[in-house]
Amino acid sequence: MLRRLLKPFARFFEFHARTHYRAERHSMALTVGIILAAGVGGFVEIAPLFTIADTVEDAPDMRVYTPLEQAGRDIYIREGCYACHSQMIRTLRDEVERYGPYSLAVESKYDHPMLWGSKRTGPDLARVGNKYSDDWQVRHLMNPRALVPQSVMPQYAFLQDAPLITADLPDRLAALRAVGVPYSDEMIANAGVDALAQARPDSAEAGGVFERYGDETAVRTFDGRTDRVTEMDALVAYLQVLGNLTDLPDAIQPEVEE
Amino acid sequence: MMSSLTATERSRAFMITMTVLLGGLVMAAVGHGDPIGMQGWVVILFTAVVGVVLLKSFDAPDPVEDRSASYYDDPTRVGIIIALIWAVIGMGVGLWVASMLAWPNLRFDAAWSSFGRVRPVHTSGVIFGFGGNALIATSFHIMQRTSRARMPNQVLPWFVLIGFNLFCVIAASGYLMGITQSKEYAEPEWYADLWLVVVWVAYFILYMRTLARRNEPHIYVANWYYLAFILVVAVLHIVNNLAIPASLTGAKSYSAFAGVQDAMTQWWYGHNAVAFFLTSGFLGMLYYFLPKRAGRPIYSYRLSILSFWGIVFFYIWAGSHHLHYTALPHWVQTLGMTFSVMLLVPSWASAGNALMTLNGAWHKVRDDATLRFMMVAAVFYGLSTFEGSFMAIRPVNGLSHYTDWTVGHVHAGAMGWVALISFGSIYALTPVLWRREAMYSWKAVELHFWLALSGTVIYVFAMWNSGIIQGLMWRTYGETGTLKYSFLESMIAMHPYYVARALGGLLFLAGACVGLWNVLMTVRHMPRHAPERDYPTSSEATEPAVPAAE
Repeated sequence: MLRRLLKPFARFFEFHARTHYRAERHSMALTVGIILAAGVGGFVEIAPLFTIADTVEDAPDMRVYTPLEQAGRDIYIREGCYACHSQMIRTLRDEVERYGPYSLAVESKYDHPMLWGSKRTGPDLARVGNKYSDDWQVRHLMNPRALVPQSVMPQYAFLQDAPLITADLPDRLAALRAVGVPYSDEMIANAGVDALAQARPDSAEAGGVFERYGDETAVRTFDGRTDRVTEMDALVAYLQVLGNLTDLPDAIQPEVEE
Repeated sequence: MMSSLTATERSRAFMITMTVLLGGLVMAAVGHGDPIGMQGWVVILFTAVVGVVLLKSFDAPDPVEDRSASYYDDPTRVGIIIALIWAVIGMGVGLWVASMLAWPNLRFDAAWSSFGRVRPVHTSGVIFGFGGNALIATSFHIMQRTSRARMPNQVLPWFVLIGFNLFCVIAASGYLMGITQSKEYAEPEWYADLWLVVVWVAYFILYMRTLARRNEPHIYVANWYYLAFILVVAVLHIVNNLAIPASLTGAKSYSAFAGVQDAMTQWWYGHNAVAFFLTSGFLGMLYYFLPKRAGRPIYSYRLSILSFWGIVFFYIWAGSHHLHYTALPHWVQTLGMTFSVMLLVPSWASAGNALMTLNGAWHKVRDDATLRFMMVAAVFYGLSTFEGSFMAIRPVNGLSHYTDWTVGHVHAGAMGWVALISFGSIYALTPVLWRREAMYSWKAVELHFWLALSGTVIYVFAMWNSGIIQGLMWRTYGETGTLKYSFLESMIAMHPYYVARALGGLLFLAGACVGLWNVLMTVRHMPRHAPERDYPTSSEATEPAVPAAE
């Protein structure tokens, strides 16, 4: 019985070995064979993600990052924060109870690249926005062990002294638009001004930030330092917006019942 | 070393070096004030050193011996030494970052020395620096021997080897400056990625041209694996790194993909970097050096075919198992899981094929630490591929993902399989390459073996413990129906394992240092001894050999 079941496979195997014996004398045959065999899987798994409409949910209220938040995101990447912090709450009960509603695809649809992460040496940050005060975030970044004695996070005090460079922000936003983030001409042109204004609530330009990015945008002195806008401002602005770009996750996921 | 090049070849090499130096100058000039400018200076420094080395023997007379009567081994020799130096650097940095997790104040309060910036120096240092150089060097050796033909060109192999190391240096120095795309194992920015494409195309041309000159009708199985490594890594590298630079005078770029598509692309790349960088090429090493050292033919030709095509076809699908329970559509997760489980068949076929080859030579495994390196590597390959398939199962992954279990799994593969097979191959290769009778000290090889093995075992057990404990603590509920442990409590519980992990890494690093020392001593102090019949069959190697008829 087993023998009869296996016979077709054995025959195929035999045929394959014989064909191979001839094919392996031609380097181009191997080259083409390898490309074809290795091409199938990637194509079948990746291409449909761009074409199947319900891969990414519709969230009309989903907004783009402000220039200051994007600058903070670039700092988050520069410092390699993603190596220890994920931004992806999985559809598991304990994760939802610990971190909040599970992450939706739409929440990272403007994330070039995504920062879902692969390791939680520290906790997930997908919904860390507004969980702690600006003051806590700044002091924690300055010296994590002052607030959490057992923490193993590196200290980032130098961010507080590094003035934020805004000159290249229009270029950065333009590049992001080229890869699909819907920044308007006006947003790109005012990127530098908006970045500074978002951390200077009393300035005349602060109104422009609300105008372009919505009334919900957080405009305040993130690092507590009014004399200049620093990289700390940008990073904290980014951390505080995590999980707050759209209300969809809260709307479609009811509170877990006790 | 350079004296085996003709004057024309030397000047050609010098021209290429100066062109790259000019590229560095342009980067330094236009990128002034941006990190890319600093990277320009790194390029200038690197190429200047290469240029000085070339100039030192620029006026040497042309080589007189018939070069076509021997294999071209100089690039292989340099590649092996560089690989070992990168091993010491990469593992040393690894030990440092591991220690930072146990003792977080082990950093000088500088921007460049935080865990997030130093960690990719470790990963790239060992994967690309150590692994990549070991792959390139051994492939140069193997493609010539199994083709019984000399490489077609003297400059191209140097371009591949030195060019690849330029990429590694740009990458590692860039991370410390904060230049990263954040794509795991593909962190270097766009200009470095473009440079790697140039080097890789040269590598492919070199490989194909050497194969075209072969005096052997069949292409040996080790070459299939090296070919798959070169080809598929090229495809993965290009697609995963598609990005738009914010400005041509700046280092920063933005990935062409976002969110869920980017996640899938990154893990399609990430998992196949494991498959085609860390598996395929090293299987090439295994298929050449293990039977050579054991003095036994490969156990089964058919198993080789089955496992080769199985690995090439199945591995590509497996990447999505890194994204279980995430916002990635369920069907892709399921596909990834299914293929990951099926992948066990070709993986174990390879491992089994290697171990069965040792039948009749087990006494050599007992006596010869070099062969034992390879045997244990094959065992670890079998173990970590089994573990990988197991961890790809969705509910298992629910526990293991985001924890140190993943780190332990990676290191079981990276230390137990990739590093051990490389060290074994290097010990088998060194005497042949430098025409020496044997390694300088067999006791040092033995010592290295036990240091490496104990380091790996300590490391992996520490990470299994910490990972599983952490995963369980995250999901443990108390009697009141609420989560029992805070995240912080789960983190505090990791401390003893992080200390143990650093100890395992220390042992492994010590082994690598012993290895480097032993190779250097072999080169310097062992008497010459030419192996028999280690030359190309056809002395008219300038003409492409016609594969013999059936």
